[in-house]
Amino acid sequence: MSQIDQDTSRFREIVRGRIKQNLRKYMTDDRLIGRQGKDLVSIPVPQVELPHFTFGQTGRGGVGQGPGQPGDVLGQGQPQDGEGQAGDSPGQHILETDISMSELVQLLSEELHLPRIQPKGNKNIDSEVARYTDIRRVGPESLRHFKRTYREALKRQIAAGLYDPANPVIIPVREDRRYRAFETKTKPESNAVIFYMMDVSGSMGEREKRLVRMTAFWIDAWLKSNYRNVQRRYLVHDAAAAEVDEDTFYHLRQSGGTKISSALQLCRELVQLHYAPSDWNIYLFQFSDGDNFSTDNEQALELLRNHLLPVANLYCYGQVDQRHYGDTFIDALERLDALENLVMTHIPNDDAIYDVIKIFLGKGK
Amino acid sequence: MDFGSLPCELEEIRQEVEGYARTKGLDYPDVRFVMLDFNQMNQVAAYDGFPSRYPHWRFGMECERLRKSYAWGLHRIYEMVVNTDPCYAYLLVSNLEIDQKLVMAHVYGHADFFKNNLWFAHTNRRMMDDSANHGTRIRRYIDQFGLETVETFIDRCLSLDNLIDLHSTGIRRLASRPDFGVEEDEHNTGRMPSKDYMDNYINPPAYLESMREQRKQEKIKVKNLPAHPQRDVLLFLLENARLEPWQQDILAIVREEAYYFAPQRQTKIMNEGWASYWHSHIMTRHALKEGELIDYADHHSGTMATSPGRLNPYKLGIELFRDVEDRWNRGAFGAEYEECEDLRMRAKWDRQAGLGKQKIFEVRRIYNDIGFIDEFLTPEFAQQHNLFTYRYNSRTNQYEVESRDFADIKRQLLFQLTNFGEPIIEVVEANYQNRGELYLVHHWEETDLRHDYAQATLENLFALWGRPVHIETAIQSKGTSLFSYNGHQHEQRALQKPLVR
Repeated sequence: MSQIDQDTSRFREIVRGRIKQNLRKYMTDDRLIGRQGKDLVSIPVPQVELPHFTFGQTGRGGVGQGPGQPGDVLGQGQPQDGEGQAGDSPGQHILETDISMSELVQLLSEELHLPRIQPKGNKNIDSEVARYTDIRRVGPESLRHFKRTYREALKRQIAAGLYDPANPVIIPVREDRRYRAFETKTKPESNAVIFYMMDVSGSMGEREKRLVRMTAFWIDAWLKSNYRNVQRRYLVHDAAAAEVDEDTFYHLRQSGGTKISSALQLCRELVQLHYAPSDWNIYLFQFSDGDNFSTDNEQALELLRNHLLPVANLYCYGQVDQRHYGDTFIDALERLDALENLVMTHIPNDDAIYDVIKIFLGKGK
Repeated sequence: MDFGSLPCELEEIRQEVEGYARTKGLDYPDVRFVMLDFNQMNQVAAYDGFPSRYPHWRFGMECERLRKSYAWGLHRIYEMVVNTDPCYAYLLVSNLEIDQKLVMAHVYGHADFFKNNLWFAHTNRRMMDDSANHGTRIRRYIDQFGLETVETFIDRCLSLDNLIDLHSTGIRRLASRPDFGVEEDEHNTGRMPSKDYMDNYINPPAYLESMREQRKQEKIKVKNLPAHPQRDVLLFLLENARLEPWQQDILAIVREEAYYFAPQRQTKIMNEGWASYWHSHIMTRHALKEGELIDYADHHSGTMATSPGRLNPYKLGIELFRDVEDRWNRGAFGAEYEECEDLRMRAKWDRQAGLGKQKIFEVRRIYNDIGFIDEFLTPEFAQQHNLFTYRYNSRTNQYEVESRDFADIKRQLLFQLTNFGEPIIEVVEANYQNRGELYLVHHWEETDLRHDYAQATLENLFALWGRPVHIETAIQSKGTSLFSYNGHQHEQRALQKPLVR
């Protein structure tokens, strides 16, 4: 490894450390979602800089060259935080680092001490993958292995006494040709389906949806890194439930009452139709403000206890509420016998997301 | 790293360009041209031209930054010259042939400047080897003490590496310690002359003991106090802080490199101006072929481009050199010229002095940027080149043009150049409150320190000094203040009266 690579990788390590330190902040930064590319996320990292005794910005100016009258604007200053901070000249750059999604998830799991998920034992299907690791004597020209071919030719020429080190010309003949060939390997295939269910009744506002969205972003990231194939289904409900696409899920606004059981019922139907528990790892995440019809609680609990919890890896309920109502759905859930794969928590504000993720995913299921 | 040497067609160009440089009177050491692709160029640039420098993450950071901004088309490093003997010059392999020609002429300008400018006189011309030795030593420490330990220490030293005394380089010697005649006379124990039989009476043991104690105290005091306020804080720490040998060595390396690179920052405008003057001169008068004109003009004007919020040192430098040459050719200097208040007469002034060339060679020898601006920036020049000052307006969060007044422009420029536009800080007291605490003074001139950085730097200083550290500065809104760090917490308090020694 050359020296610059060492220094660069050391620098990246430091940046990684900074991201990890500030993970809690990034977890509540919804701009991250917008910055997500196919598998890279762009993260604004606090400037990695060596501090010096140096001047703050206040009162700082300079000499420029060009047209303009006194009072003319040259450029925007940096937003200042606190006394005498921020950049020194127009157009100072912020360090923006691209980090792969998998690396981010790695950091997430290190920071939150998330256990790797143990997929349910018998639910893994083996799939076949082709890997070009073999060498054959026949094959298509496009797969010819040049190095091996020439090595064979060299061996043959030396054996035949045709090789002249002073004039090292090597000419492969047909028998020398070697081709890459694939071997099939079986690879455990694990499938997972995530059901996101959200209450879109009038009481769920923008703020609540934002919390749900950020929580879902991290859940997606974590589960995607654990399973090869992850499907996501989005269900919304007020008094009745419907399946929608991801975009609608976060933007739909309805009014009306709240019947949590309606979503659970729809979820159960979908599971029965498409996701045999023997083939799929099933994850259910439900978000609501907890303000359910009290008569509906019983029905919802019944659905959970008898139909959903037995087939699901995990059922997580996040109650997005600031104030506590009298008897909310989370209280009802607490009356359900403590089951291994049932997790519930409050999500009161941005800062809670860090802990929510830890609670939801910390079970290692 | 694998360096390509000069291919033969470029060697021909080099010989041609060097021929012009030589006949024009440029005086430079042997110049070794090295061809690099853009990746290698970014790497070498990240190491400031020394590919085998000591390992440190900031070089990696710099390289990443260069790579990115190159990929985005924000910059392109055509060449890089290192102040060594022989002088190494890196050329970008993908430059057009005409670019290489221009760049070589530029390089000879830099090489001449490095060799002849007085501010570079103290620099170590064998830095290529020495920086590699520094690298080897630091790598050995890393093997011995662990990466994190050594890296943290380097970070701390680097955080203080602007606390050097630029002017001490003219007189390279260790700061001499004050001599109170305590050490020279070990026998002088304060004993009064006396006859044997009176000795016990005149010099009682208790008295001798107290004298010994007093001397010990004085010795400690002498050792800890800097005799005079000292700008070279790094040297002070090197001599007085309780550091392990390896730490001393690293601190010395950081200090040495800081001094080595300082003149390049001191002469940015002159150095680039001088090199540009010569590439322009050589190209337009001698080396340029007809077909190359457009490419040359494009490249040259790209280098000289100005933008409102930034002062281009290439442009300012080349124009000032040309202005000086012109004025001395015309004889437009001296008392008679200065006293002439008729602008038309001044503009047309021509005494056929013909001293231009001689003058600019003299200027490149004895000035640095501050002197250059102070001496040769004229109101006519400032007006002709549209110079202005700008200032940050906190109400609108914008930078605004402030003034076109010559005095303002000159003051601002000199302020920016003084101590590289960095605060002037001295170590004043090393036994503050008689507790071995280090006391620095910032000479405040209307501009506050950046507080969060000041605190972080104090932490680093504390780590080196090992006892509480203080810096006396001022805050615009509050007056003289003292920032302190005692290893656990920061303190900031208003100071009624500055430290009196």
